[in-house]
Amino acid sequence: MIAEIGHYALILALLASLAQTFFGLLGAARNSDSWIATVRPAVTAQFLMSSLALAVLIVVFVQNDFSVEYVAANSNSALPVAYRIAAVWGAHEGSLLLWAWILVAWTFAVAALSKTLPAGFAARVLGVLGLVSLGFHAFTLFTSNPFLRLDPAAPDGRDLNPLLQDPALAAHPPMLYAGYVGFAVAFAFACAAMLEGRLDQTWARWTRPWTTVAWAFLSIGIALGSWWAYYELGWGGYWFWDPVENASFMPWLVGTALIHSLAVTEKRGLFKSWTLLLAILAFSLSLLGTFLVRSGVLVSVHSFAADPTRGMFILAFLIIVIGGALTLYAWRAPLLRSEAGFEFTARESFLLFNNILLVVAAGAVLAGTMAPLIADALGLGTLSVGRQYFDPVFLLPTLPLLALSAVGIHSSWKKGRLGDRRKAILLSLVVGVLVALVLVLGAWQGATLLTPIGFALGVWLMLSALVDPIDRWRRGLSLSRGVVGMAIAHAALGMFVVSITAVESYTRERDLALAVGETGQVGEFEYRLRDLSTVEGPNYDALRGEIVVYENGREIGLLHPEKRNYWVQRQVMTEAGIDMQLTRDIFAALGEDLGAGRWSVRAQVRPLINYVWLAAFLMALGGVIAATDRRYRPESAG
Amino acid sequence: MTRFLLPAGAFALLVTVLFVGVQRAPEKTVIPSALIGKPAPVFTLPVLGSDQQFAADSMRGRWYIINVWGTWCAECRNEHETLLEIAGSRVLPVIGLNWKDDDKAALEWLDQLGNPYDVVAVDREGRVAIDWGVYGAPETFLVDASGTVVYRHVGPLNPEIWSRKFLDRLPQSAGGGGS
Repeated sequence: MIAEIGHYALILALLASLAQTFFGLLGAARNSDSWIATVRPAVTAQFLMSSLALAVLIVVFVQNDFSVEYVAANSNSALPVAYRIAAVWGAHEGSLLLWAWILVAWTFAVAALSKTLPAGFAARVLGVLGLVSLGFHAFTLFTSNPFLRLDPAAPDGRDLNPLLQDPALAAHPPMLYAGYVGFAVAFAFACAAMLEGRLDQTWARWTRPWTTVAWAFLSIGIALGSWWAYYELGWGGYWFWDPVENASFMPWLVGTALIHSLAVTEKRGLFKSWTLLLAILAFSLSLLGTFLVRSGVLVSVHSFAADPTRGMFILAFLIIVIGGALTLYAWRAPLLRSEAGFEFTARESFLLFNNILLVVAAGAVLAGTMAPLIADALGLGTLSVGRQYFDPVFLLPTLPLLALSAVGIHSSWKKGRLGDRRKAILLSLVVGVLVALVLVLGAWQGATLLTPIGFALGVWLMLSALVDPIDRWRRGLSLSRGVVGMAIAHAALGMFVVSITAVESYTRERDLALAVGETGQVGEFEYRLRDLSTVEGPNYDALRGEIVVYENGREIGLLHPEKRNYWVQRQVMTEAGIDMQLTRDIFAALGEDLGAGRWSVRAQVRPLINYVWLAAFLMALGGVIAATDRRYRPESAG
Repeated sequence: MTRFLLPAGAFALLVTVLFVGVQRAPEKTVIPSALIGKPAPVFTLPVLGSDQQFAADSMRGRWYIINVWGTWCAECRNEHETLLEIAGSRVLPVIGLNWKDDDKAALEWLDQLGNPYDVVAVDREGRVAIDWGVYGAPETFLVDASGTVVYRHVGPLNPEIWSRKFLDRLPQSAGGGGS
């Protein structure tokens, strides 16, 4: 009975979104107050119904109701309760329900916080958001309904994919979706502005905090996914240019460009049509990412649902939403004039280059991700694009971008004077170069050409980002959240670059074949397999290795890699043994049984790798701090 | 003004590529098997519910299908009806490979749902399935009279897949042989 309540609530949510779209868009067009007044209640109704649907799905998972097909396929009575809840979004149908709920939750927040906006404009924003949620509710109901019954009921479930039984991955989809969906708000603001044919600086001030928060969520979501691939898949790295990783990275790059371009539009009223285009692109790439993952168009380690009907549905939806927005753009953007000049070395120029480079980087990633599809469509056979392509084409625009940021954060609007900051910029550059030289020539040997460049740029950016807040603090000036957030995010980017440089330059890795009692050499490290034993978990049994790692004869770490055999899914999973230390990770993953008591062991020592993810979290933190700046609060924005 | 049309134009191109991609997506779910065109792996396994052994060699000279299943696999239940129809049509022998399963559960399953198999070989450890490159249950392989693997289907069978992917590959003479 309870599953049917969820099903019914989903239908009601669909109807409410229909009302929201209809009265929002047409009410604003007809300038009818009574129609516009219907929009907010429709949003509330949609939010309540969508929440009820999600709550019902959580309840049937917690209750182990295996008469619901989706529960039977993705859960098991032996599964711990926390993972039963995470299993709600462990597969296609539930992921969509969650996606739609987060969208509706954002819409609800927009409705609640937009009372100071002109009524017609707010109605248009909510109408566009309603159209997007309408598409998702319809997609869920007609192609991917999680509430369908299984008759007869299964005695027990098939269990959650063991890969997904992990805390970071349980949190990865909600964060990622919150980011994707958050860009829908910027998208809706852009569409509403184009429908009105008017875009002023208030518009940018309204859009900016929403976009920054969405961007922060997306950063966390990507970092969690990357961290998970590192320790759970046993891949032992932080990024693999996998199509699905790229699908989340492209909106991030364009979103990063968008938050910078919004700054220009807010402060100077410039780049209007460009900002609109970026707002459309950031959300379009989010939808495209969902499409690529969900339609089975791209074959990847992540792709779990391959269904052509679903593919056609999302494609049609993409055409309506993105195609509609881009057509609107072609029609209305020429009307929006930016009338103001700026000098070549003013902040506007730096941000223009920032935008160009970020969009070029996103374009390069898009080209590499789509190339296999295009080759396939033209009948050129299978093509696989790996890091040989992505690494260089991505570094080409991003390395200059880092240098530009280190200088650009000190530039001022309109006027091209760096003034007294010139000294601070130079000083931090000199320190960066010195640190790089010391590291390359002294502490760590075996560098490539990019190693000193990476260290120098990273350290330079870190120091340069902190100059302004430290200076203001010393002079007793007030520090706005905007300034602090920006400094943290840019310093974190510098930290990110330093840690990636260290990982890429100084990782030691080798695949060893070890029997109990044997030792293998990995660079200056020794891995000794001390013991192998069997252990049992709630829904699996595992072979557990005990590995001692020595550096130059001194014991530096004890690892417990596992190879788990999940009973219900009959899947063997690698649980890497990782000793996280302050400056490095010591890593081991158990591989195959090579016979005669020997096992293959993937051994790696990676310096500073945890700082890659820490930096991503700090960037997100900077974004959240900046988005809560006083000037965005409703009372002062009105 | 045309520069404002560029994004829409680029999007139209992208849609075209995606459209072709979606059209082709179903083909990609057919995981190509390295075994196709190669001799089927040789194995000897105990027969379910008896103390006899089944040797794959004994099928030489006849076309047959080998279906990988287990009672723990829900999709196997979905394709069972089709398997019973295939067995009923007596076009060719149906060999079952009971994968990583429990003998008692497997016998109960066949008792309840009907037995479409001419023989069920028991692969409790999953060693033989590895030789066949089995990716997950259910999977079905078509093997010709010379013992060469002709086709592999991943996922549940249905009457449409059976007639389009399997029957169309059979030579006229293979039909009607029965067992």
